[in-house]
Amino acid sequence: MNIIDRRPNPKGKSLANRQRFIERAKDEVKRSLVDALKRRKLGDAEGGEKISIPARGIQEPSFQHARRGGNRDYVVPGNKQFVVGDKIERPKGGQGDGRGKAGNSDNGEQDNFEFVLSKEEFLDLFFDDLELPELIKTNLKETEATQLTRAGYSIDGTPANLNLRRTMRNSLARRISLSRPSPSQIDAIRRQLEFARAADDFEGAAQGQHDLEAAERRAKRFAFIDPLDVRYNRFDRVPKPITQAVMFCLMDVSGSMTEAMKDLAKRFFLLLHVFLTKRYKHLDIVFIRHTSNAEEVDEDTFFHSRETGGTIVSTALEEMLRIVKDRYPPGQWNIYAAQASDGDNFSEDGERCAQLLHDELLPMSQYFAYIEVGADATLRHGFPSPPTDLWRTYAEIAPAHSNFALRRVAEPSQIFPVFHELFAKRRDKAA
Amino acid sequence: MTNLYPISLEAGGPTLFQGSEWDFEKLRRVYGAIEEIAVGEMGLDTYPNQIEVITSEQMLDAYASIGLPLMYRHWSFGKRFAREEALYRHGLMGLAYEIVINSSPCISYIMEENSMPMQTLVVAHAAFGHNHFFKNNYLFRQWTDAGGILDYLAFARDYIAHAEERYGVEAVERVLDAAHALMDHGVHRYAKPPKLNLEEERKREEERRTFFETHYDDVWRITTTFGEEKRDPDLEAKKHADIRKALRLPEENLLYFIEKRAPRLEPWQRELVRIVRHISQYFYPQKQTRLMNEGCATFVHYTIVNRLHEKGLISDGALLEILHSHTSVVTQPDFDDPRYNGINPYALGFAMMRDIKRICTEPTDEDREWFPDIAGNNDPYGTLRHAWANYRDESFILQYLSPRLMREFRLFKIADKEGAETLDVTAIHDARGYKEIRAALARHYDLARHEPDIQVKDVDLAGDRCLVLSHAVHDGIPLDEASCNAVLDHVAELWRYGVRLEETDAVTDKVLKTYEEPARR
Repeated sequence: MNIIDRRPNPKGKSLANRQRFIERAKDEVKRSLVDALKRRKLGDAEGGEKISIPARGIQEPSFQHARRGGNRDYVVPGNKQFVVGDKIERPKGGQGDGRGKAGNSDNGEQDNFEFVLSKEEFLDLFFDDLELPELIKTNLKETEATQLTRAGYSIDGTPANLNLRRTMRNSLARRISLSRPSPSQIDAIRRQLEFARAADDFEGAAQGQHDLEAAERRAKRFAFIDPLDVRYNRFDRVPKPITQAVMFCLMDVSGSMTEAMKDLAKRFFLLLHVFLTKRYKHLDIVFIRHTSNAEEVDEDTFFHSRETGGTIVSTALEEMLRIVKDRYPPGQWNIYAAQASDGDNFSEDGERCAQLLHDELLPMSQYFAYIEVGADATLRHGFPSPPTDLWRTYAEIAPAHSNFALRRVAEPSQIFPVFHELFAKRRDKAA
Repeated sequence: MTNLYPISLEAGGPTLFQGSEWDFEKLRRVYGAIEEIAVGEMGLDTYPNQIEVITSEQMLDAYASIGLPLMYRHWSFGKRFAREEALYRHGLMGLAYEIVINSSPCISYIMEENSMPMQTLVVAHAAFGHNHFFKNNYLFRQWTDAGGILDYLAFARDYIAHAEERYGVEAVERVLDAAHALMDHGVHRYAKPPKLNLEEERKREEERRTFFETHYDDVWRITTTFGEEKRDPDLEAKKHADIRKALRLPEENLLYFIEKRAPRLEPWQRELVRIVRHISQYFYPQKQTRLMNEGCATFVHYTIVNRLHEKGLISDGALLEILHSHTSVVTQPDFDDPRYNGINPYALGFAMMRDIKRICTEPTDEDREWFPDIAGNNDPYGTLRHAWANYRDESFILQYLSPRLMREFRLFKIADKEGAETLDVTAIHDARGYKEIRAALARHYDLARHEPDIQVKDVDLAGDRCLVLSHAVHDGIPLDEASCNAVLDHVAELWRYGVRLEETDAVTDKVLKTYEEPARR
C-alpha cells in the first residue's frame, strides 16, 4: 500500500478547460454580463460575478428518449395506500411520476447554466474589445518618469554593483590562457620535491626546487583577479510610462437631477472606474458635485445627498482645474473626466464653460466624456429631443477636440452600449 | 501486502486513533487493521492500493475530468468544473469523500478535509470495497484493462495535445464534440474488445495510418455503369448484400463504424474518434454495475467499521460519526418525498447485500422457497463474492431481490400508457406482484433498454453515400427531437455525407419518423 500526499501538486488542472469553456460561451457570457452590470454597485465592482447563461451553445447532446409518449412503467419505493388497479392522477406539467433521469442533468434538463466568473475573467470579458483612446500613446512619450533597468555590464561602477560571476569568469579565462599554476599544481610539485628529498634523489630535488620556484614566481606575476577582469552591472534610465491616473467625476446635483438620473450617471462612472483600474496601477478618484457652486466630496455624499440651488456648470470645471493644478500635475498623471448632467445650465454660463474646456481642461486631459442623462419620459419617445443649453455649448467645441465625447443616455440599458461606443477599438472620431 | 503494524488487535486494546485529526501514521495503522478484516475475514481480493490525499480544489478538478487522473483537454470538462464549483461554493453541494479509479494499482483519492473516522470509512469503502469489485466483477475483467488504463490516458492526452498543435484547437474540438455526442453509442456490447497496451496502441496507430495512406478503400469505388447494361435487380440486391456484409452491418457501435468507415476522415481524426470510443468502453461496465458496485463498497465499509469497533480498535464516537454519514448515504426517500430522485443505488445496493447475508445466515421459510441455493448456507461472504463477481445490476436484481426487501422498500409498479388519462398501479409488494416488480426493476437497470437502441443500418454506396441509422422504437417511446437533431448534426460532421435516421417500430418494423441531415461540403 502506498499513501501519497498530492496536496502540494499544482492546482488549477482544469484551468485550461475552463478557459476553453468561457471562450466558447463568450457571446452568451458577455450578454449576461451586461445584465449583471445593472445589479452592481460601484463598491463591489471589484469582485467576481455569478453568471447565468442559456445552455444552448454549450449543450452536449446525445440520443435521448423523449420525455413523453409511449408506454412506460416505473418501479418506485414508498407505497403507502395503493393496491393493484388503483388509478393515479397524472402529476401536472411533469413527466411521469417525477422520476429524475438518472444522472444526466447535462442534457436539456436545465435551461440556464450558472457558474461564477473570477474577477479577472469578468474584467477581461467585460472590456474584451475596448481600449484606451489612441492619443494616449503619443502622450506617454513625453513623460518625465524614468526607471532604472539592467543593461548589460560595464568596466567601472560602484563596488555594490560588482558582478561577481562575470568577474570570476573573466579571471578564470585569463588564468587558464596565461597558464598560471593553480595552488593544487604547486602543491603537487612540492610533494614531488619532498618525495625526491626523502629518497635522497639530489638531481630530482634540484629539478623540483627549480620547478617550484618557477611556478611560485609565475603565480605571483599573474594576479588571481586582475583589474582587467572586474565587471559591474550596468543600469540605464528608461523612460517609464505613467501608470497612475486620476478620474474626475463631475455631477450636477441640483434639484432637477432625479434619483434615476443620478443612478444612470453612477453606472457610467462605475464602468469608467473599473475600466481604468484595469489599465492603470494606481487610480485616484475625485468626486466633484455642483449646484451653483462646486465642492469636492466623498463617494457617499456624491451619490446620496441632495442639494438645492441653481446650476452653474463652470464652477465644477473651475474646481476640477484647481484640483489638477493643486494635486495632479498633468505631466505625472493621466487625467480622465466624466461629467454627468441633465443639461440644465445657467444660460450666461455656457460661454465660460466652453472657454474653460477648450483652453484648459481638454488639452490636459486624456479623455473627457460628457454624459447627458435624461428622464425616461422625455427621451424614450421621439429621441432626439431638442438639445439642451449645455449640449449646444459642448457640441460647438467638440469637433476641435478628439478627446472630448458627448453622449446621451436615457435608460440603464443604454449605458453599456454608450460606454462601449466611446472606447471601442477603432472607434470613430469622437462625436 | 504485509501488515506492518501488528499492534494489539485483541478486544480491549487501545484504539487506533483518538480525536478527529488524521495524519499519515494513523492512516497506515488503520489501513493495516482494515486489511486484516477485509482479507482475513471477508476474503476480499484487491489490486494493490494507492491512496492519494488531495485538497477540495483538486477534488473539483478530478470531478471535472470525469474522475480520471489524466484527461485530454476539452471545454466540456471546463463546463463541468464551472458548474460543480459554483454549486460547491454556494454550499449547494458537498463533495464526495473519495474518488476511486479502476486501475492497477487502484488509486483512491481522499480529501484532506475528512476527519480521521471519515478517512477510515473511505479507505474501507474505496480501497477495499470498490477495489475488490473492480478486480473481480466479470464485466470489468472482460472489458477493462486496469493495468493499462493510465498509460492509455497518457497516450490519449499527448496525442490530442499534439493534434491540437498540428491541426488547431478548433478542428480537434469539432471532432471531439461530435464523438462525445455518440459516446453512449460507442461501445461494443457483446464482443470482447482487445486489451489496451500502450506500446501496441502506438504501433497500431502508426500502422493504421500507413495502411490508410497506402491503400484505397475498395468499398468506396464509384460504381457508375453506363447505358446499355441491363439493371438486374437480383444482381444488385446481391451486390448490396455483399457490401453490407463487408461492412458488417448492422453495427450498433456507431463510433466504431465511423472510425473504420467514414469516407472522408483524416487518419488523425479517426484516432480521436478511437480515443473517445476507448474511454467510453472503459466506463461501460461502471454504468452497468453502479448499484452493485456501490452496494458492495457500502456493505464492505459497514462490515469493516463494525468489526473494527467490536475489536475495540475505534472508539464509540468514531463509530457514531461514521454511521452518521453512512446513514445519510443509504437513505431512500419515498416517491412522494421532495428529495426523491429515483432509487438510490447506495440504498438498494446496500440493502440487497445485507439481505443476502441474512438469507445465508438466518433464512425464513420464504427465503428457502425463493433462494433454495443459498438460504442457510452459512457462507455469507462467499455467496456475496460470487454475486459480485458474476452479475451486473440487471441480472443481480433479477436473481437476488427478495420479497422481504420489496416489502421493506414498499416497491410498487405503475404503468404509464400512452393516451391514458391516469397512471395505473399494476403491481405492489404482495405475493402476486413480487415477480413482476422484480422483473420490471431489473429492466430499468438494463442499459440496452435504458439507452435508445440505435444502429447503423445501411450506407448508400452506389448513390450519395448517405449513412442510414435506425432507432428501434420499443414500447412506442420515440427519441427526443431536439437532441436527436443536434446529435445528427454531429454525426454528419464526422461522416461528411448525408445522414438519415429512421425510427422504426421494433415489433412491426414500420417506419414511424425520419430525420435527415444534409451532406457537409
